Amino acid sequence: MYIIRRVLTMLLTVWVIATLTFILMKLIPGDPFSTEEGALPEEALENLYAKYGLDDPLPIQYLTYMKNLLTFDLGISMEGSGRSVNDIIASGLGASATLGLLTLLIALVFGVTLGIIAALYHNSIFDYTAMVIATVGISVPNFILAPLLMKFLAVDLQVFPVANWGTWQHAVLPSIALASGPLAIIARFVRSSMLDVINQDYMKTADAKGLPTYRILFLHGIRNAILPVVSFIGPLFVSLITGTLVIERIFSVPGIGRYFVDSIFNRDYTVIMGTTIFYSVILVVVLFLIDVSYRFIDPRITLTSKGGS
Amino acid sequence: MSLLEVNNLKVNFKTYGGTVDAVRGVSFNVNHGETVAIVGESGSGKSVTVQAIMGLIAHPAGNVQGGSIRFKGKELLKLNKKQMREIKGKQMSMIFQDSMTSLNPTMQVGKQISEGLIYHQNVSKREAKVRAIEMLKEVGIPNADKRYEQYPHEFSGGMRQRVMIAIALACNPDLLIADEPTTALDVTIQAQVLELLQDIQEKKDTSIILITHDLGVVAEGADKVIVMYGGMMVEKCSVHELFSNPNHPYTWGLLESIPNVYHEKKERLKPIEGSPPDLFSPPKGCPFAPRCKYAMNICMEEVPDLYDIAEGHSSRCFLNDELAPKIAEFSDAEELV
Repeated sequence: MYIIRRVLTMLLTVWVIATLTFILMKLIPGDPFSTEEGALPEEALENLYAKYGLDDPLPIQYLTYMKNLLTFDLGISMEGSGRSVNDIIASGLGASATLGLLTLLIALVFGVTLGIIAALYHNSIFDYTAMVIATVGISVPNFILAPLLMKFLAVDLQVFPVANWGTWQHAVLPSIALASGPLAIIARFVRSSMLDVINQDYMKTADAKGLPTYRILFLHGIRNAILPVVSFIGPLFVSLITGTLVIERIFSVPGIGRYFVDSIFNRDYTVIMGTTIFYSVILVVVLFLIDVSYRFIDPRITLTSKGGS
Repeated sequence: MSLLEVNNLKVNFKTYGGTVDAVRGVSFNVNHGETVAIVGESGSGKSVTVQAIMGLIAHPAGNVQGGSIRFKGKELLKLNKKQMREIKGKQMSMIFQDSMTSLNPTMQVGKQISEGLIYHQNVSKREAKVRAIEMLKEVGIPNADKRYEQYPHEFSGGMRQRVMIAIALACNPDLLIADEPTTALDVTIQAQVLELLQDIQEKKDTSIILITHDLGVVAEGADKVIVMYGGMMVEKCSVHELFSNPNHPYTWGLLESIPNVYHEKKERLKPIEGSPPDLFSPPKGCPFAPRCKYAMNICMEEVPDLYDIAEGHSSRCFLNDELAPKIAEFSDAEELV
């Protein structure tokens, strides 16, 4: 029951987002083919409008788009290349998703470790060091970190390639640049929730059972401390796998991040709609998965269709 | 040889407000199969005493400053963490006051019982599960198979405390420490839990240290009693002596404060006037002197030694000195219980 309700809500959400995007997009002055007065012959323009269905009244255009959307046909880019939007997303997704997953992995592994160390050695030099790293990570924007990484790790030490895409080495520097912010936030989250958990009575119970420290920490501590992090991972994950404009530009990663911005400048209607809908679908699916995973991490949480239990 | 011998135990805590001497020289023995009750009000040092025995004092704030704790002849204060783990949970285990917060909310209760078995007795996961289910049955939890897989929030308060007892008893310890095991429960459930502890003690000959502030519980289940006040042991005696021949004015106060339901006319409750000493700056003399009706000048100046009253009965009070004036016998204790 919960699942059915939830899926219906997800479809509704995506539909609302698609409709709003359609309306807002049409409110922007200009269209894909508008240029300076007289740059294109009147007749050529009319042909282009006819070809892409832009000469129909708006409600008809909307209904046509929605009808195609039901068959997962996102249309053809109006930019002139003739590529379908499905193809554009598919070609960029690989790079963006790889980069995103790697970033998430780095942020999680190092963020959680740093947070736990800081909590265990509370108010010691480890704690201060970890928190300084975290503060720096939050405050330094990734477009500053990126050129620094390029300068030291790629140009001076020549450990990793400066830019471009292809082998796993190419993914390292952009991932580090992207991960620094989320890593810092995760570290701070984990530190504070771990500090809270360490002082809980059940940690004392575990200690009184004579269990080894690693067991007490991992089995009894971390699972209880991880919940606030999970709620942060959802949106982070989505924003990472759907492309990160700046970092993809800096490292010339052929991801989908650039289409988000380019399509708006070009009034490339089908690409604007396509990327937005794609983003929103992934977002609602991931948020759903996160909600379900709460249930497994914390048995006290039950999933119900209505508020409360 | 006693199972547990605690000698002149001292524990302090460093806080931002200064150092707190939570336990100031406590000594007692626990014999095989015996129940020793520790009574005293909040902040008297009872919990800290048993946590020191279990090695649960949190460093670096808390420190065991001195004394000795010998368990089966072995000095616990000299053991390292790893050696201590061989004793904790296996030969000596503990039940905490609040079962809601003392059980891990995200772990199946069965697993919380079996993990100790797996670690201490080297049994397989399946074997541990079978034994954990047996433990659940033994502490009187119906549907043990199904209950094994449930989480603490699915249990009632009394059932959760039974689970705590099952955890503590899983490895068949020689000594069970129960830190106010019934305080968080309502009265009918309290009786059931205490009965369960007594049954188990009879069956397995386990020694029990029972912390409580309920003298009714002491009267029913304990063999020996230690009365603590302001981090000190003020009186130590058998249960019989406690009620028939209490010696320390603080003990008198405790006994007098028990409401008597048999009295014909309505009576006001008799509290002990005043409040417990501030352990940041404990009084120079006897910690109870400022609240004591019988306090003499010397009580404010010096901490009295333990005076031996009778066989196995000692009391930390100057009234027992030869030079002290005799006061009328405190006699209404027995009619109270």
